[in-house]
Amino acid sequence: MALINWLKRRLVVIAGLLTLGYLLLPNVVVTVFSFNQPKGRFNYEWQEFSTAAWTDPCGVADLCGSLSLSLQLAAWATLGATVLGTMIAFALVRYRFRARGAVNSLIFLPMAMPEVVMAASLLTLFLNMGAQLGFWTILIAHIMFCLSFVVVAVKARVMSMDPRLEEAARDLYAGPVQTFVRVTLPIAAPGIAAGALLAFALSFDDFIITNFNAGSTVTFPMFVWGSAQRGTPVQINVIGTAMFLVAVLFVMAGMAIGNRRKKHKA
Amino acid sequence: MSTLTEAEAPPPLAPVPTTKPPRKRGRWTPYLLLAPGLIWLLVFFAMPMVYQASTSVQTGSLEDGYQVTWHFATYWDALSEYYPQFLRSVLYAGSATILCLLLGYPLAYLIAFRAGRWRNLILILVIAPFFTSFLIRTLAWKTILSDGGPVVGALDTLHVLDVTSWLGLTAGDRVLATPLAVVCGLTYNFLPFMILPLYTSLERIDGRLHEAAGDLYAKPFTTFRKVTFPLSMPGVVSGTLLTFIPASGDYVNAELLGSTNTQMIGNVIQSQFLRILDYPTAAALSFILMAAILVMVTVYIRKSGTEDLV
Repeated sequence: MALINWLKRRLVVIAGLLTLGYLLLPNVVVTVFSFNQPKGRFNYEWQEFSTAAWTDPCGVADLCGSLSLSLQLAAWATLGATVLGTMIAFALVRYRFRARGAVNSLIFLPMAMPEVVMAASLLTLFLNMGAQLGFWTILIAHIMFCLSFVVVAVKARVMSMDPRLEEAARDLYAGPVQTFVRVTLPIAAPGIAAGALLAFALSFDDFIITNFNAGSTVTFPMFVWGSAQRGTPVQINVIGTAMFLVAVLFVMAGMAIGNRRKKHKA
Repeated sequence: MSTLTEAEAPPPLAPVPTTKPPRKRGRWTPYLLLAPGLIWLLVFFAMPMVYQASTSVQTGSLEDGYQVTWHFATYWDALSEYYPQFLRSVLYAGSATILCLLLGYPLAYLIAFRAGRWRNLILILVIAPFFTSFLIRTLAWKTILSDGGPVVGALDTLHVLDVTSWLGLTAGDRVLATPLAVVCGLTYNFLPFMILPLYTSLERIDGRLHEAAGDLYAKPFTTFRKVTFPLSMPGVVSGTLLTFIPASGDYVNAELLGSTNTQMIGNVIQSQFLRILDYPTAAALSFILMAAILVMVTVYIRKSGTEDLV
């Protein structure tokens, strides 16, 4: 009875932790299997401990090439989407103009569309234009679908900004450029950074839209997809594990900076 | 950035009331700021939709080229041939969304109210998988659910597999290549999209409301039903949308964890476009999917009464 009561009181915590376990289970499996020495082509069954894949992460043909291609694409897509998205966000929050509603819908729609629909329609456009599928068509597509997410992230931050801070800067005889660079931009920076980080993650991990518009170009997710049919090298798990660790460090660093700022203000 | 500064007129000299920020610096500034991004979206998002609409009513062949012949029968043919995949997509995505809500709510609640100093760590653990390739993680489910593996073994011992087989969710003593595996993968993949909006709306709830409910002799469950859950509705609505929409168009889970009997509409669109190269049918299918989702989402938003979400 005591046990049942204890369980009852902790029900939410137990259920929540079980969900967390469900979320992290694949990451655990990926980490464990990065130390596996598979016998056949597929790395689905545990055979024997080995660090071979960790000491030679590029030991599989084309893997590191696809990885560096994905990193480059993500970097350019992030830059493009962040610049365009930040400009739109500022225009939407700071100015009243005609067709604001229409602009808002146009920003919202790409997020409310299944990826496969966007991917297929882009492909019809490229086919009709006779465009050569490859790096540029992927980049165009990635900037397109990352754009809306950047707008949303930056908009949220700029909306909560006190316009009086900028007025104060102007009262103190700061020019428009000076006000923007020294007041507006620093305050909006966390929103812009969040948007950029999101864009990077979305672009780096995108498979569906890339699959349609890549032609014969192979990004990292497409390499993984192909390897699911041909046989998955252990190195894929090594890179998966490394990405997880880097992400955890990144997010922790971001939170630490955020917390320090908060304490500073208080 | 230069467009912003160059186009600006000097700031107004008269003091402006603080409630109304100055918005009239440079009449063209907002348009210059919007132009590049909007042109991008118009050319690479809106225009492709138009192209796709026109492709869907074309006839012809890959060799001889396609002509717009307003052949609407393609829609009817596509629907009558692929309605099982459509139904399956709605069914799988719907089940995954409900499962995400049931699984995600306790975790979001835990992070918002019970986690204390563990809050940031748990949040990191929810967000971090976003940055790891989802394909690698989905492939890991092949290992987890492998035939004769511990999960399948446990389910078999507990006679869960007998029940699910009877329901048609699994086949024999296999979980891989069955609907259960696909829904499990979908639920897993889109769970963070449910947890984060739920967490955001739960976090905004004033803790004193819970105390007040307790002071008025509400039992914990009553407090949840009458106070917490209604106040978290915006999170529930945006979470379910963020889960259902991408899940209904997904073909990765059905391909990696399912079989030919678990194909969703995304798989059909993908193979029509990239393997069979029947562009009109593919475009029609993709249009039907889009229309279906827009209708469902509109109805759902109206019903749940949070129109300001969009």
